[in-house]
Amino acid sequence: VNKYSGLKLPLDIGELPEVARQIRLLDLDTVYNAGAGHIGGEMSAIDILTTLYFHTLNIDPKQPQAPERDRFVLSKGHTACALYVTLAMRGYFPVQELNTFLKPHSALNGHPNRVKVPGIETNTGPLGHGLPVAVGMALAAKLSGSPWRVFVLCGDGELQEGSNWEAAMSATQFKLDNLILIVDHNRLQQGASLKETIDMAPIAEKFVSFGWSASNINGHNFNDLAETLATDAIVPDQPRCIVANTSKGQGISFMKDRVEWHHKVPNREQYEQARSELTQSAA
Amino acid sequence: MNTEALHDCRDTFVATLEWLAEQDNSIVAVCNDSVGSSKLGGFKKKWPERLINVGIAEQNMVGVGAGLANGGKIPFVCAASSFLTGRALEQIKADIAYSKTNVKLCGISSGMAYGALGATHHSIEDFAWTRVLPELVVIAPADPVETKGAVEFAAQHEGGVFLRLSRVGVPDIFDTDHEFKVGKADTIREGDDVTIIANGTLTHRALEAATLLANHGLETRVLNMATVSPLDTDAIIAAARETGAIVTCEEHSVRGGLGGAIAEIVVQHQPVPMTILGVPGIFAPTGSANFLLDEFGMSPEGICKSARELVNKKGK
Repeated sequence: VNKYSGLKLPLDIGELPEVARQIRLLDLDTVYNAGAGHIGGEMSAIDILTTLYFHTLNIDPKQPQAPERDRFVLSKGHTACALYVTLAMRGYFPVQELNTFLKPHSALNGHPNRVKVPGIETNTGPLGHGLPVAVGMALAAKLSGSPWRVFVLCGDGELQEGSNWEAAMSATQFKLDNLILIVDHNRLQQGASLKETIDMAPIAEKFVSFGWSASNINGHNFNDLAETLATDAIVPDQPRCIVANTSKGQGISFMKDRVEWHHKVPNREQYEQARSELTQSAA
Repeated sequence: MNTEALHDCRDTFVATLEWLAEQDNSIVAVCNDSVGSSKLGGFKKKWPERLINVGIAEQNMVGVGAGLANGGKIPFVCAASSFLTGRALEQIKADIAYSKTNVKLCGISSGMAYGALGATHHSIEDFAWTRVLPELVVIAPADPVETKGAVEFAAQHEGGVFLRLSRVGVPDIFDTDHEFKVGKADTIREGDDVTIIANGTLTHRALEAATLLANHGLETRVLNMATVSPLDTDAIIAAARETGAIVTCEEHSVRGGLGGAIAEIVVQHQPVPMTILGVPGIFAPTGSANFLLDEFGMSPEGICKSARELVNKKGK
């Protein structure tokens, strides 16, 4: 039963933690049942997704193609499960459909597909694709004189893809102040920390040097998220980068900040412990 | 060949694009610092805000095209074909074909149009790279009339299109009332002894080869196959059945291009002897496109020779 799809939106900031907790529980269930997923990066992104879908975005699940909708692009497409759970909870499709995640012929494959799933804007999976596409979306809004905004969520390791920096340069040139990039800065990529691989820190400074406005926030603080994602935070003529400092595996003690939980699947004991922790964390 | 009557199809491409853009203000052009080589100067002058130059950044260019389409625009993404397809192939796959976005990819100066600049600038792999992608229509027009038809088709088609355009001069082949039909080959000469299938800059060479073959008593069917994907399988099977031998020629590698696509059909449905003419699996040396095409056996005389040799293998 989806008790959220009928709620009056946007939710107040104070209501977001409970929604995020429910999304984490459902994400855990879905990954556990499917026997695959990218749970660590999903847990780090869920507070961001919750704020966007239940507070910030101007969207209507009943009209997923409404021309004037805000656009959201999950560039870190491997965390599709968290987006599917969020979309289902928001009313884009029945929550029961999450049971098909990764099953043969399911619309819910391991990376988002706009042709198969309502609410998805562009197919992602290979990294470094979201920001260029979002630049095009933001340009389309500017050309049409439309007020809608474009939000992209990418991983910090993903910024190692050069296409992001091509897009970053063009967003500045085109003065896309309707474009917001959120970097899920959990400091861990698939195999190791960024620091041990190719360190992208300091991220905000890099974007500032590319002509963006940028800020560092706590990516698990809903006040910070709501405030920086709001239209009030727009700096005229500048694209905006929000470096959301997060933890991989946020909300589950034994996963938190542990690189091996990039795409590890909990066994039964771990699943039950994770469920118990998330249940006990209810306010 | 009357060289005074040769056309650079880019002129027709931009004239058609500008005409369409006048009717429909959702049409925009995207390029990679290629305003000059894509001949978009006139478009820029008319609609400066609708000419989006992303600089020398092809991956971003194709992604931006996909995003513009998401926002309701009809982007014509124009760049040298070698960089558009080679540099941004994953964007073409994920953002355009797999995402089913309404983006028109215009590969300018394809084939060996940049002959003297060397193999980095040759685009003789682009049929192979694009035709394997589902949901992407691949078209290589042969003359100005067909170029106009292909650009008009691209604008009205809801989905991804790769237009493979050249700058190498070609004569008029089609009458102005010719109707471009996507996925349909044009029989531009009838014959039952052998078939030559070509597109783009090779079509007029194929026609000239057919004239030479007539002098040797061979009636040659010539098919202009502008659409490489989806392929006109009926025309290919009919040609194999009715003429018993097929020569293909293309300004592309012999690996994976038009000839390869046709061979996939022939071998499964109507096996007959084939000769695939193209760049023979090497990085082509320096030289103009026309010099290189002659060099690789695709002068009218060279195509004629290949066809005669192939006819001798019929039924053996």
